Amino acid sequence: MSTNTRIILICSGKGGVGKTTLTANLGIALARQGVQTAVLDADFGLRNLDLLLGLENRIIYTAQEVLEESCRLEQALVKHKQEPNLALLPAGNPRMLEWLKPDDMQRIVAMLTKEFEYVLIDCPAGVEDGFKNAVSAAKEAIVVTNPEVSAVRDADRVIGLLNTNQVKPIQLVLNRVRPKMMASQEMLSVEDVTDILALPLLGLVLEDEQVIVSTNRGEPLTLSGSDSPAARCYSNIAKRIQGEDIPLIDPSKEGTGITDKLRRLMQTKIF
Amino acid sequence: MTLTLRDILNKLLRRQQTSATTARERLQLVLAHDRSDLSPELLDQLRREILAVVAKYVDIDIEEGAVSLETEDRMTALVANLPIKRPLEKKTDEKAS
Ligand SMILES: Nc1ncnc2c1ncn2[C@@H]1O[C@H](COP(=O)(O)OP(=O)(O)OP(=O)(O)O)[C@@H](O)[C@H]1O
Ligand SMILES: [Mg+2]
Repeated sequence: MSTNTRIILICSGKGGVGKTTLTANLGIALARQGVQTAVLDADFGLRNLDLLLGLENRIIYTAQEVLEESCRLEQALVKHKQEPNLALLPAGNPRMLEWLKPDDMQRIVAMLTKEFEYVLIDCPAGVEDGFKNAVSAAKEAIVVTNPEVSAVRDADRVIGLLNTNQVKPIQLVLNRVRPKMMASQEMLSVEDVTDILALPLLGLVLEDEQVIVSTNRGEPLTLSGSDSPAARCYSNIAKRIQGEDIPLIDPSKEGTGITDKLRRLMQTKIF
Repeated sequence: MTLTLRDILNKLLRRQQTSATTARERLQLVLAHDRSDLSPELLDQLRREILAVVAKYVDIDIEEGAVSLETEDRMTALVANLPIKRPLEKKTDEKAS
C-alpha cells in the first residue's frame, strides 16, 4: 500500500474556516466507501479532531507516545466503532510543539502509510512551525477557504508555501457558501474565488446549521447518511477525491422562485 | 474584470457597487502586493527609478507615468504605462545609424 497511499494535508492559513470539520467528514465518508483511512490531528496546540469525531473518551495514547516509542502505533490509533475503516491518531500534549520537527511528522506519516490507503492531516491554522511540520509530511493538499476577503488572502499565502514545498495537486474547498448572498452579489462568488486563487475546485460546502448540531453530538454529518445540504457536499467531495465525476452544485441555481430567477438575471455577465 | 447586469444598473442609478465586486477588486490588489513581496515604499522607489531610466531615452510624461502590479492566475506582472511625448532626438538617432 505504502507508495500508493494518498497523504492529504487539509489546511487554510486562516483559523476557523472549517478544516477540522472537513477532515472529520471526509474521514468518515471515505471509510464508508470502504477505504482504509487514517486521520491525523496535527493541530497539537489546539486539538479538536477527536471531539468532532466523538472519540475524545477513547484516547489512551497519542502521536507523542508513538514518537517516543513508548507505545506501538496500533495502540495509539483509535478505531471508529461504527466505521471501523477509520482510525484517528490523536495529537499529543501541546508541549510537543517545543520539540516537534518536520522529521517527526514524516516518521509518523510513514508509519501510517504502511497500513492505510488515505492519510488525512488536519493542519493547524497559521503558517508557522505547526504548518511547516505538517506540510513536510504531505504529498497533496486541500486548501479550505471561505468566500471572505481575509480567508481568501490567507489561502493565497498558504498556496504559495505549498507550491514552494512541491506539494501537489492542490485543490480548493470553498466552505460556508450562502447562495442567497452570492446571488445578490454580497458575497464573493465561487468563480471569483477560483479565479483569484487559480486552483481547481474540489467542491463547495454550503453554510448549514446541521454542522453545528453534528459537532454537538460528535457525529459527523457523513456518518448518519444525512441529506442536509452540507452532508451532501461533504460526501460529494469524498467521491471526487476517489475519482468519481460528480457535478458541482451551482449555488446560483439553488431556488426556483421568481425572485431567484430575477437574481440570476441580474448576475448575467456583460463583459 | 467581469461586469454584471446588476453592476451596470447600480452604476446607472449611481448606487454603490455590490460588496462582492468591491471585495474582488480589493483582493486582486492586495494579492498582487502579497505575491510580489514588494512594499508600497519599494514599489514607489521602483517606479521613480524606472521613470528616470526611461526618461533618458524618450521624453515621457512623468505625471502620467504609472507603474503597478497586476495579477492573474497566480502570475504577477509589473506593468508600466508610460505615455511618450516624443523621442529624444539626438541620443537615439545617432546611435541607430
Ligand atoms: N459549512 C458550515 N456551516 C456552518 N458552520 C460551519 C461550517 N463549516 C464549519 N462551521 C463551523 O465553523 C467553526 C470552525 O470550524 P472548524 O473547527 O472545522 O474550523 P478549523 O479551520 O478547523 O478551525 P481552527 O483553525 O481553529 O483549527 C465551527 O464552529 C464549525 O461548526
Ligand atoms: Mg481545526
